[in-house]
Amino acid sequence: MLAKRIIPCLDVREGQVVKGVRFRNHQIVGGILELSARYRDQGADELVFYDITASPQGRSVDYSWINRVASILDIPFCVAGGIRSVADAELVLNAGAEKISVNTPALTDPDLIDRLAARFGSQCVVVGIDSETTESGYRVFCNTGDPDRSSNTGRETLAWVKEAQERGAGEIVLNCMASDGVRKGYDIVQLRAVRALCHVPLVASGGAGCAQDFREVFAEAGVDAALAASVFHNGTVIIQDLKKYLKNTDIEVRP
Amino acid sequence: MSEVVVIDSGGANLASLKFALGRIGARARFTTDAQDIRNAERVLLPGVGAAGATMQRLQNLGLVPVIKSLNCPLLGICLGMQILFEHSEEGDTPCLGILPGKIKRLHPTIGLPVPHMGWNTLEQSGADPLLEGFPSSAYFYFVHSYAAEKNANTIAISKYGGPLTAVVRRANFYGVQFHPERSSAAGSKVLDNFLKLK
Repeated sequence: MLAKRIIPCLDVREGQVVKGVRFRNHQIVGGILELSARYRDQGADELVFYDITASPQGRSVDYSWINRVASILDIPFCVAGGIRSVADAELVLNAGAEKISVNTPALTDPDLIDRLAARFGSQCVVVGIDSETTESGYRVFCNTGDPDRSSNTGRETLAWVKEAQERGAGEIVLNCMASDGVRKGYDIVQLRAVRALCHVPLVASGGAGCAQDFREVFAEAGVDAALAASVFHNGTVIIQDLKKYLKNTDIEVRP
Repeated sequence: MSEVVVIDSGGANLASLKFALGRIGARARFTTDAQDIRNAERVLLPGVGAAGATMQRLQNLGLVPVIKSLNCPLLGICLGMQILFEHSEEGDTPCLGILPGKIKRLHPTIGLPVPHMGWNTLEQSGADPLLEGFPSSAYFYFVHSYAAEKNANTIAISKYGGPLTAVVRRANFYGVQFHPERSSAAGSKVLDNFLKLK
């Protein structure tokens, strides 16, 4: 049977892994290769590298580290941040990444999803969505890597999830912004709403604070994977222990 | 350091295969040269992207008859396995026809999104030198939207809803639907086993 995936997310800024609270106040967590090797050895199923400076500042990622990461990882990894063209994506995939993830550039140029899927196949194309509960419902935000530029696009999250799939997204990462970095648990209600219309793999992001939160999001929201950063970086949750706990509570995981 | 000929089938991400071979002490030599492939001791056929584009590329390079006439061990990976069959529903593409059967689209149902993406286990139908040296509980990394149904040449299945062909073999032609280059220690073992096939 297909195992549920545990995915540490490494926010990368200028060659270092960083983490902030609600996208703010970033602190250095460690080196990219050092953390990649650590999570690989702990049993991570996949890694996501997100260049949080790329999108807001209008520049692309520096791709040299991707090759070094690819040489040491024997698990898949995805690169997000600053990919706004087929040419950008090709460089990232050629460097050894399995998947590329687009967020803000897909909002300003939705046809980018079609072009990426046509060129590389849907299995390579992840659409990341930063969503927040507003007075008018779930809405998609863009440029969330920079608090000064982060803004509500006015798009309805559920409509965007549908459109992204129709355009060829092979996976959706839903980051529930209100939950992100505050470790109070995943937004089960919102994830369930998205799951109901998401026919590609769905990755939950934002809010993991303890092992029980992972169990809850798999059991209650039916997601395929759970992404987290701070609980892994600060050692609150160790992946081996998390997987033992999940297995003991009847969630299928890779040991 | 042993060298393994890898057909450059045009997919963007061949780097992960190069690195995975490097980790087990083998050097990948990417080629599209017919003579190189004919002279190889063993051949890897990776594939990422669409069946139609990959078959078109192999045809343009004149490699279709070369691959079909190989007597050495060949391992098709993911799409490289799928095009060993007669036909793929993906783009209604005639394929190499080394293995009888057709590749069909997976259709999402509740609880089973498509692509089939992530780590899954194998159920082997018999012993094979390609599949030795790892526990039967080992997981392998899959990512695909099309698949071969279980057929006469299937030597291992994975379950996703129903059974799908995870590993196939007919004489010297092998195929794996998963990505051994991204399947941790068990995947490395499969590649290592392939390098040791006579």
